[in-house]
Amino acid sequence: MENRLFVSSSPHIRSSETTQRIMRDVTIALLPAAAYGVYNFGLRALVVLVLSVVSAIAAEAMCQKIRKQALTINDYSAIVTGLLLGMNLPSEVPYWIPVVGSFFAIAIVKQAFGGLGHNFINPALAARAMLVASWPVQMTTWTPVTPDAVSSATALGIIKEGLDVPLPSLFDLFIGKMGGCIGETSALLLLLGAAYLLYRGVISIKIPGIYIGTFTLLTLLITGFDVQLTLVHILSGGLILGAFFMATDYASSPITPKGQIIYAVGMGLLTVVIRFYGGYPEGVSYSILLMNVAAPLIDKYTKPRVFGGAK
Amino acid sequence: MGLLTFKGGIHPPHAKESTEHLPIIDFLGPKVVEIPLRQHIGAPCEPTVKKGDTVKVGQLIGAAGGFVSANVHSSVSGTVLDVRKQNTAYGFDTCVVIENDDLYEVCETVKPKPDYKTLSGKEIVDMIKEAGIVGMGGAGFPTHVKLSPPPEKPIDTIVLNGAECEPYLTCDHRLMLEESEKIIKGLQILMHALNVKNGVIGIENNKPDAIAKMTEAAKGTEIRVVGLKTKYPQGAEKQLIYACTNRSIPSGGLPMDIGVVVNNVATVATIGNLFETGMPLVERVCTVTGKGIKSPKNIRFKVGTPLKALIDFCDGYNGTPGKILLGGPMMGVAQFSDELPAMKNTSGILVFTPEEAKLPDASACIKCGKCVTTCPINLEPLQISAYALMHDYDKAAKFNALDCIECGSCSFICPAKRPLLQTIRVAKREILARRKK
Repeated sequence: MENRLFVSSSPHIRSSETTQRIMRDVTIALLPAAAYGVYNFGLRALVVLVLSVVSAIAAEAMCQKIRKQALTINDYSAIVTGLLLGMNLPSEVPYWIPVVGSFFAIAIVKQAFGGLGHNFINPALAARAMLVASWPVQMTTWTPVTPDAVSSATALGIIKEGLDVPLPSLFDLFIGKMGGCIGETSALLLLLGAAYLLYRGVISIKIPGIYIGTFTLLTLLITGFDVQLTLVHILSGGLILGAFFMATDYASSPITPKGQIIYAVGMGLLTVVIRFYGGYPEGVSYSILLMNVAAPLIDKYTKPRVFGGAK
Repeated sequence: MGLLTFKGGIHPPHAKESTEHLPIIDFLGPKVVEIPLRQHIGAPCEPTVKKGDTVKVGQLIGAAGGFVSANVHSSVSGTVLDVRKQNTAYGFDTCVVIENDDLYEVCETVKPKPDYKTLSGKEIVDMIKEAGIVGMGGAGFPTHVKLSPPPEKPIDTIVLNGAECEPYLTCDHRLMLEESEKIIKGLQILMHALNVKNGVIGIENNKPDAIAKMTEAAKGTEIRVVGLKTKYPQGAEKQLIYACTNRSIPSGGLPMDIGVVVNNVATVATIGNLFETGMPLVERVCTVTGKGIKSPKNIRFKVGTPLKALIDFCDGYNGTPGKILLGGPMMGVAQFSDELPAMKNTSGILVFTPEEAKLPDASACIKCGKCVTTCPINLEPLQISAYALMHDYDKAAKFNALDCIECGSCSFICPAKRPLLQTIRVAKREILARRKK
């Protein structure tokens, strides 16, 4: 034969799924909630979102340039991190906050540990935690969403501080007419995005389902089966955003089927503990980060039983 | 009844449309056949003919070189041109090269066997051994070895593999449609030989016509035909047994450990044919297909027919061939040339175009865990692969690398296109090599 044949070991076909497609799907899924944030909080929110995405891409490119690696900014992963961080910021933050946050997320949390797939905690959440710890005032200044709003406090803040102001209605909480971070308010649009990710097979319902389920059950128990209050808890703060879009981060969550259950239950437990007994009104980001840190250990002790292996 | 299946697995495109409705056609054309004396797992055969001899169809030309070995017979009548070493799909082996006189004169030793019910198990197994029958699903393991379990491992079930879960391949499908009686007869012979009451034939439900045909043929016998969920690797031994009998082969064990013998439907059809006509394994059906083939076909060919002759019989290549595989796209073996003989275990000749042949570049593992959820053996392919790449084979062994059945589901599903199975194979080889030391 004159021409040369390709020779390689099996398998010889691959699925059409790619890292790029997965990350692009996550970006698409986040957009409705992000867009609603802009509608809700105004143009300033858009600037914050754009700044965090652009800085995330710039940070990724810079790190890879310095380390003389191939540029992978077209795999959408930096965009996802930037977008998630932006959505986790209040719209009133000074403009340098998203820039600093994105650089921290990408350069320190992601690239310093080996880049894509090697971040042991969620980069966007780690950056948010760093920002809250460093600049607490800027990070907790909320914008009132309705002109007649009496207070700019979030629903969880109202509950925590025992403020004498009415809570937003459940319907407002569901569609997102309330204060909070740019992208966390609209449960409806976040669930829409999550449904898209489930449909595309990017995430499974397991982690978010068990996380929210555990949280709901414990909240019901603590509040003495106060359904109204429990629903307020589910719909406010970053629970929906965190459970579907950040707890499911591949690199920082366990990979074993059993491990994912433990991880999700752990997050539900920690969120309840922080929200009800801790100093902060909101506990989603710290719960996810703490369980992220535990993920390798969980993986180690939940190795799946080999087919036909000893029970 | 509900569909039987296993945990994990993938859904690759079937790609069976181009050949699943094409009846099997015979290819009698080869001018010269090159019959390798090693077409099975085990010791190569010793040639029993020499240059210049005349041979007939079914005549012994290579005698088994041990218990785990299988006789080789001439697939044509004619003159032995040479007994020489040459390239085969298994390496560089002795082949008997025979010029075909196109008469297909049958050897005198080929005589219909007596009624199997009058024979003892040992006699039946000896006849199968004599006929050089090997696993025709792809592995090429000598069938008589499988049928000779040690006395402490009683067999109570025979499972026939009609899953044909590999994409593209349709030869077993056609065989089940066209030769269902031979398959049932062959299974009855095996059940008699091993004194077994349970005979199960598992077929994926993307072949409803084959399920119907086999069910029809099995009427009035103790044989059960079961529909299996269409999912790769449904036809892998462990997964097939689990789906059909709900028994799990212990890690590191064999089907006989749980009282089961598995055979491919093509192997059993050959056994049915052996008892009907006396003809040993000298021909088989294979699917010649893929975008790189002009007219894909299901062909019954004489063992030793050069691949090129079979491809030419399908009107040749469609453009430049990029990759030639023996077997299916998931577990088939890539060949470096088309100047090799087709063998007893050649179930498919799959030709890819150069575009299909190109492998995507691997990127960083994103730890999505899809390889873990698809692994039918419950391994963590990403971990084994990572340790293999670091040459830490002890760690790879701790993650049960040796349990891998090499189905390739992990490599298929990986969004980062990482060569997972490819690196796991390296680990397996290293672990075994170190244990031998």
